[in-house]
Amino acid sequence: MEKYGLKSKFIRKGYRCMKYSYYPGCTLRTKAKKLDDYMRASAKVLGIELEEIENWQCCGGVYPLSSDEIATKLSSVRALNEAKEKGQDLVTLCSACHHVIKRVNDDMQNVEDIRTRANNYLKFDEPYNGETKVLHFLEILRDEIGFDKLKEKVVNPLTGKKIGAYYGCLLLRPSEILAFDNPENPTIIEEFIRALGAEAVIYPYRNECCGGYISLKAKDLSENMCNNIVNSADGFGAEMLVTACPLCQYNVTKNSEKDLPVIYFTEILAEALGVKEEVDAQ
Amino acid sequence: MSHGNKNQAAKVKEISGTNPLKCMKCGKCSASCPAFDKMDIKPHQFVSYVVNEDVEALAKCESLWVCLSCFACVERCPRDVKPGKIVDAARQIVVREKGGNYLSANEIPELVEEDLPQQLLVSAFRKFRR
Repeated sequence: MEKYGLKSKFIRKGYRCMKYSYYPGCTLRTKAKKLDDYMRASAKVLGIELEEIENWQCCGGVYPLSSDEIATKLSSVRALNEAKEKGQDLVTLCSACHHVIKRVNDDMQNVEDIRTRANNYLKFDEPYNGETKVLHFLEILRDEIGFDKLKEKVVNPLTGKKIGAYYGCLLLRPSEILAFDNPENPTIIEEFIRALGAEAVIYPYRNECCGGYISLKAKDLSENMCNNIVNSADGFGAEMLVTACPLCQYNVTKNSEKDLPVIYFTEILAEALGVKEEVDAQ
Repeated sequence: MSHGNKNQAAKVKEISGTNPLKCMKCGKCSASCPAFDKMDIKPHQFVSYVVNEDVEALAKCESLWVCLSCFACVERCPRDVKPGKIVDAARQIVVREKGGNYLSANEIPELVEEDLPQQLLVSAFRKFRR
């Protein structure tokens, strides 16, 4: 239980003010604005207060894997440190931002070379050593609010809808660092779908990659992968897919032959909480 | 075998932080790889190339540009060899050299579509060039 972040559910729920630092990221300001808008409206209903990090910088989209990469990790460290100075946990929504910031935070906790060199460069008032807790918005719903409480807040249950969760790769792997859910048999988005009153469709390709950045130069490869995902979901009876990642949403929509809608998980959340129309009218 | 290759292999091991000698050649990485069909050197072979210090062949292979860093191979490796990190290290060695970029900014206008998310471009720039 502890491995997948479930321990905090029992320690923390109900004993603290739900006020967090929030890191939206580049795509949530542009092409994926709706992912952010639906979340903000839903957070208001659920009593989650989010303070956007001032002057945040793009996370870079992919985590720099080489052990000698420092400069490419600094934007994440700045955001992490700002949350630390405010004494808040840092909330993310985009899968890519979450992946990058969480992994950089792990480096700052555990890799002495990166920690020393990043701190030498950034010269904060106090060195940053990975103190901030990074939470994806879905983890707030599961661990801080609880899916049982979320269910009570639903005014417009999505009864009868068959929805498949599309996790992709960024939220789950590597599981020892992301510690988000079981990487091969995740349940968090399915539980989320059920809390909203819909039926969760489980299909084999839900944690397979959509092709990510490869669709820029090798579209056929992404098409192959996205067709596998959509055919798998369709075969198991899903009427739509939900995702937390703007790039997954784009690839799976654009690069598959079947016309299966792929939408953000925050859209069905806003719909169930009765605030979707208000956001759409903005 | 040249000294260059030996040094390059050491560099791959260093920046990937992996030990390819731990590989027991079970092939689970290649079986998990969603880009397997497009790879000329498969993930499990990648590991052997580093063991044999033949980084020159890796630097020329197509696999560098089709690996997605989706980490399926890393997650499922029973020996914790992390083939995905090895591929990325070889790719870094190529793009850090002058003229090693796989993507040019001049190509972007032709490749961009109306609703393409920014996330795709920043990711591709990080992976394909310096």
